[in-house]
Amino acid sequence: MKRRRVVRVLLGKPGLDGHDRGIKILAQALKDVGVEVIYTGLHQSVAQIALTAVQEDVDVIGVSILSGAHMTLVPELLGQLNALGAGDKKVVVGGFIPDRDDRAQLEAVGAAKVFDQDVPITETVSTIISLAD
Amino acid sequence: MADNAQGPDRPVERVMPDHAIARGDIGAAARLMSDLDDEVPAARAQLRQLFPLTGRAHVIGVTGAPGSGKSTLVDQLVGAFRQRGDTVGVVAIDPSSPFGGGAILGDRLRMQRHSVDEGVFVRSLASRGYLGGLSRSTGDIIDVMDVMGKTVIIVETVGVGQDEIDIMRFADTVLVVQVPGLGDDVQAIKAGLLEIASIFVVNKSDLDGADQVVRDLESMLSTKTLRPGIATPGIVKVQATRGRGIAELVEAVDRHRSDSHGSDGMQTRHRRLEHRFYECLREALFAEACRRFKGSAAAERILAELRDRRIDPSSAATAAIEQIVGWAS
Ligand SMILES: Nc1nc2c(ncn2[C@@H]2O[C@H](COP(=O)(O)OP(=O)(O)OP(=O)(O)O)[C@@H](O)[C@H]2O)c(=O)[nH]1
Ligand SMILES: [Mg+2]
Repeated sequence: MKRRRVVRVLLGKPGLDGHDRGIKILAQALKDVGVEVIYTGLHQSVAQIALTAVQEDVDVIGVSILSGAHMTLVPELLGQLNALGAGDKKVVVGGFIPDRDDRAQLEAVGAAKVFDQDVPITETVSTIISLAD
Repeated sequence: MADNAQGPDRPVERVMPDHAIARGDIGAAARLMSDLDDEVPAARAQLRQLFPLTGRAHVIGVTGAPGSGKSTLVDQLVGAFRQRGDTVGVVAIDPSSPFGGGAILGDRLRMQRHSVDEGVFVRSLASRGYLGGLSRSTGDIIDVMDVMGKTVIIVETVGVGQDEIDIMRFADTVLVVQVPGLGDDVQAIKAGLLEIASIFVVNKSDLDGADQVVRDLESMLSTKTLRPGIATPGIVKVQATRGRGIAELVEAVDRHRSDSHGSDGMQTRHRRLEHRFYECLREALFAEACRRFKGSAAAERILAELRDRRIDPSSAATAAIEQIVGWAS
């Protein structure tokens, strides 16, 4: 059941990568369809992202990972969300995850969606919206 | 139930509800905030239960032009208040897009070092079309943080730089941030910010012109007659990016707080609560009036006369009120 009148999404970048152009473009695209986007910026620890998601009560958490650390960061995030009683929040992963097996495995351990890097932004937006419903 | 049979002039024993939010359930608090923001009726009922637990926190408003450094300043203040043992809530409001209603809430970005501190709770809100620098829900969100036991609650307004005086309805202490190079000292008077400032914070003191801003403010304040009983606002120069002047600012906030602790301060708090009541009354009455009026036979008749310009809008409203009150009685 949809509890919300307005969809809220957290976008953040865990780890050490230094580029946030992609995630800023996504933030703008989500804003344009009526989403309230909380942007936490670069170099976020998994704990920061998880606690922010709880305080901001977002429906979806989008993390962008370019560094190749997705196989540790994403399960860690899912684990911390569960520990905080926020396991119902959906986690989507973007960035650069070229390995199809990795993508499948992250979805198997609880990521709601892992985007291939050449997914068009409109599709990313509509997937996030439908996950929030 | 503890329905009191006491007379109205005897102080009424407040029933302190036992509630998950008061016991520290962060998730429950965050969800209640969303529901209040979304105007879910059940949330209102919950807040009604919790309201006796409010009124304990010191609420500090931070307002000023876009980019003047409000969020950076709030981040520093959170650090300073935490260091001396306060627990801190932050409400940070950013504008919603007039097209489609979305928003990018970026104030929090500058405060993320506090996100893993259990003594800090930051909530970002979009203005959702509400004017005056706040969201409609801001007062309610402050209340929830108060129930959570935060001893200091800092509210960062939208920062459109004009007419953001609604914050005075909620804040015990209002900080108005000014920066050099905007030439907005005159604008501050226009916008009524002078009336609501408890303390002027001159930020970006590393930039040229900060001392000039201080002098302008000083001369403005010396020529301005303030309302009786209102202390002249202090001026504190800071560099938020480096934490310079923050200790002095906290001192000034403390001074303002203890100055407003007496019966004058109590009166102000009571006046603010009453104002909130009248705002609610106004909105509820208007909604109820529209509900009764719209689609009624009288509405058809009065609006037709209005369209033909046989009756002016103000007289039409009076006629409508007569109809509405007539049905009610
Ligand atoms: N030079 C200088 N820059 C500062 C200072 N404080 C903040 N800034 C910079 O000013 C810019 C805006 O800072 P914010 O804290 O986001 O300002 P804000 O008033 O919250 O902005 P909005 O919420 O968008 O209205 C950032 O680039 C800050 O680094 C300061 O003391 N000196
Ligand atoms: Mg800000």
